[in-house]
Amino acid sequence: MPQDPTERRVVVTAPPRRTTRAYGYYRPRTEIDEQTTLGHTYVRSLMRSQLRAALTGFAVLALLVGPLPLVFAAAADGRLEWAVLGFGLYAPLVLLARWYVRRAERNERDFVRLVEDR
Amino acid sequence: MNSGYAVPAVALVVVATVLVGAFGLRISRTTSDFYVASRTVGPRLNAAAISGEYLSAASFLGIAGLVLVQGPDMLWYPVGYTAGYLVLLLFVAAPLRRSGAYTLPDFAEARLASQAVRRLAGAFVVGVGWLYLLPQLQGAGLTLAVLTAAPDWLGGVIVAVVVVATVAAGGMRSITFVQAFQYWLKLTALLVPALFLVLAWQDDGADRRVFDEPAAFREQRVVRVDDTLDLRLERPLSVTATGTVDGRRYENESLDLPAGTHRVDRGTELTFTAGDPVPVADRGTGGGMSDSLAAGREQRPLYATYGLILATFLGTMGLPHVVVRFYTSPNGVAARRTTVVVLALAGAFYLLPPVYGALGRSYAPELALTGDADAAVLLLPDRMIGGLGGDLLGALVAGGAFAAFLSTASGLTMAVAGVLTQDVLPSRGVRHFRLGTVLAMAVPLAASALVGGLPVADAVGLAFAVSASSFCPLLVLGIWWRRLTPPGAAAGMLVGGGSALCAVAATMAGYPAHGSLHALLAWPALWSVPLGFLTMVLVSLATPGRVPPGTPAILARFHLPEELVGGKARGAVPDVPEEGEDTWARER
Repeated sequence: MPQDPTERRVVVTAPPRRTTRAYGYYRPRTEIDEQTTLGHTYVRSLMRSQLRAALTGFAVLALLVGPLPLVFAAAADGRLEWAVLGFGLYAPLVLLARWYVRRAERNERDFVRLVEDR
Repeated sequence: MNSGYAVPAVALVVVATVLVGAFGLRISRTTSDFYVASRTVGPRLNAAAISGEYLSAASFLGIAGLVLVQGPDMLWYPVGYTAGYLVLLLFVAAPLRRSGAYTLPDFAEARLASQAVRRLAGAFVVGVGWLYLLPQLQGAGLTLAVLTAAPDWLGGVIVAVVVVATVAAGGMRSITFVQAFQYWLKLTALLVPALFLVLAWQDDGADRRVFDEPAAFREQRVVRVDDTLDLRLERPLSVTATGTVDGRRYENESLDLPAGTHRVDRGTELTFTAGDPVPVADRGTGGGMSDSLAAGREQRPLYATYGLILATFLGTMGLPHVVVRFYTSPNGVAARRTTVVVLALAGAFYLLPPVYGALGRSYAPELALTGDADAAVLLLPDRMIGGLGGDLLGALVAGGAFAAFLSTASGLTMAVAGVLTQDVLPSRGVRHFRLGTVLAMAVPLAASALVGGLPVADAVGLAFAVSASSFCPLLVLGIWWRRLTPPGAAAGMLVGGGSALCAVAATMAGYPAHGSLHALLAWPALWSVPLGFLTMVLVSLATPGRVPPGTPAILARFHLPEELVGGKARGAVPDVPEEGEDTWARER
């Protein structure tokens, strides 16, 4: 905008901004809030990392559980099936869940750090 | 079994449920409290409530009965129920909470902006919910009939009345307290008797044959056959019979049965000697929770096992009462942590039913023949310990069983009533919610009176298979795939869920009784889940113009952490830090 040189200078006051960043500092957060193409790219990257974590967890689950019916069919002894299905599987499931939650929360923290630039 | 202690125990559970519900009612003041407990339920309380709600009659009585009759293969049920929560956590938990959806139809509408898809999802929710309510009411009837001489329908009516009263009066807030209380009650009611039973087993010489295949009689035992059944023998067997076997009358005569199938008429008494293997009973009409689609299992055991695994692993996320619970978490991170606690609580609980199943195979093997296998959990304390101690432990188990019916039925009623209120009844409001509650419970209660002996495990299995083939594709694709369109979602739900529904309905009606087609129809998840996914993807790709315009913004809302959404927060109440949440933060 063209400035009018004859305009008198006035003092403008405002409550201090909470952030200490300089004006015009680039924040990806704005891109997300305003839903620009760049903002969507950020969201996509978060979705990809979260989906990767979920698929990894699912693959571990499939590898853990998938072969078991075949193993039980091959092993004539029923006691193995009792031990594994009755008592052995729950602890690994809980551990897998904890691993996934930590990874998903880390993904989110990294993402927040990226877009808030802190 | 002495009903002198069991009846007061059941009455105590019912009264305690009403009292805890009333306590919740006193602090349930706002409409937000009523529907979603103001979204401030922390992970621990919420997890106990979710587990309390999830561990149903099928878990409390059904698993031990199934294991008793059909052996350790049936332990895939509890494993599947637990692992289903893990799959839910991986793909759905946090985004579902962030979507702000209260019910599955809400989710469908928020994601796809389509009233048609919303109504379709609503129809599936009500259908799955009613299918799942039916076995709860029947289980209650069975328990009361086994414990006392009460008629079959009485237990179901008691559960229905208590649940409608608690849900309609207190809504979500009071239900949360009731269900958290019932988780611990159920755990105690199985754990304490199990400890005594294991001690009695140790005392008895810790006989390791309880794990052997097939189960064997450990002492001479007279079995009275209550319903005509076909006995299938792998090897020849000598028994003493009074009654009719293969059309001939016997009067306390010993007879040698060759390998093969033998018809035993009702009222017949068979005496087995110690060491005899327990024969397998074919019962055409079914009647208890443990008479599952047994024939299908034996013809195609591997296929059936994988079908069961797929249905339970993927079906959990679509059960209507599970979704409602997630909305009571304050945010997505809490929803995830809640799910981990649920996994631990459910896993701890599921360590116990196999104990009853294994001991039942040795100490009450005749239950497999009399058709009362579901009563194994109720009868074992009396059978193995006896006396006053056995009676008291039996009463504790009976109380826990009733807690199981009450809590699951409350959650389902809450979910079905939520859908009915929002989508079927004219205007919204708490009064209509109460009307919806009555309606949600009245239909399955009437159905249980009319249908009578629908095999309970099948009804639960059907609910899981339908949910896995309809809601699982909708949730997973809706959360992770931006090209999903309303026609695709509708077609996928109809084709996947509809075909699963038809397949199991055909099996129940007795259509193809044998062969590989029977196995395919009895365990539909293995083909109906891929079919549902495929239809949803292909139809969506064929209608690219119908992708809802707001999709990128909606997906951003599903996946962005709450702190980034800032001013656009969805909760009516600001997020409250939970005790216990920071314990994990410290471990980072």
